[in-house]
Amino acid sequence: MIGTAGALLFLGHGRIAGISGVLGSLLPPRPAPDRAWRLAFLGGLLAAGVGAAMIAPAAIGESVRSLPIVIVAGVIVGFGTRLGSGCTSGHGVCGLSRMSIRSLVAVATFMTTGALTAWIAGAVS
Amino acid sequence: MTVVATRGRRHDALSVVVAAVAGALFGAGLIVSGMAQPARVIGFLDVSRGWDPSLAFVMGGAVVIYALAFRWIRRGRTAPWFDGRFHLPTRADIDGSLLAGAALFGIGWGLGGLCPGPGLVAAASGATTGMAFVAAMVVGMLLQHLSARR
Repeated sequence: MIGTAGALLFLGHGRIAGISGVLGSLLPPRPAPDRAWRLAFLGGLLAAGVGAAMIAPAAIGESVRSLPIVIVAGVIVGFGTRLGSGCTSGHGVCGLSRMSIRSLVAVATFMTTGALTAWIAGAVS
Repeated sequence: MTVVATRGRRHDALSVVVAAVAGALFGAGLIVSGMAQPARVIGFLDVSRGWDPSLAFVMGGAVVIYALAFRWIRRGRTAPWFDGRFHLPTRADIDGSLLAGAALFGIGWGLGGLCPGPGLVAAASGATTGMAFVAAMVVGMLLQHLSARR
């Protein structure tokens, strides 16, 4: 489903389905001029969350970490994905599929720091 | 004139519908596969405590499907349905920003168990941590944009 959705966006709009890029490019100070497809794609994503909350609430969980930790994590994810030009979807799914070396390096990097952080955070909590 | 204008508007409306369907399908895929459950994501990232590798298959499956479709679309078409051309990343250099950004993203992912897509889905579902994560993520994105402008 994730692969098909990414392919549909590429077929329709010729764009990479990278969530951090789709969202980040809407934000100031220099928002992208092509807002319509970005807002529509994000709207669909949010609608899936709303729908799941109604029909299968157990499929979506709260973070296992405390709220302050989640907020710190959010800021780091926002900053890092924009600095590194992508997240799990853009580099992970689309980039690896296109055999992009940049994406391969990015995925290897974030999987490593992600695994180390999850291990350390699990050990101290 | 009127006919052309109507067709243009219809074209615009259809393009928005396709993007929305792609987004909804993407979100549904994240939910069905367990990516919107931070506990499972952390169980996948943390190999030291009863590693759950199932999410690797989710990512692998998505990569295979996307890779096949991507090739098929690129071979069969010179442009997408609603745009004059395909917009593909052109950079090929491995620079410090890519490495530092990816490293930071991994730290945030391992810390909260949420990445951008599942974060948005969780926020929309009404999960408190999801909403806090997305608000913080937007702040982080804005901070990066402001720091890059200098």
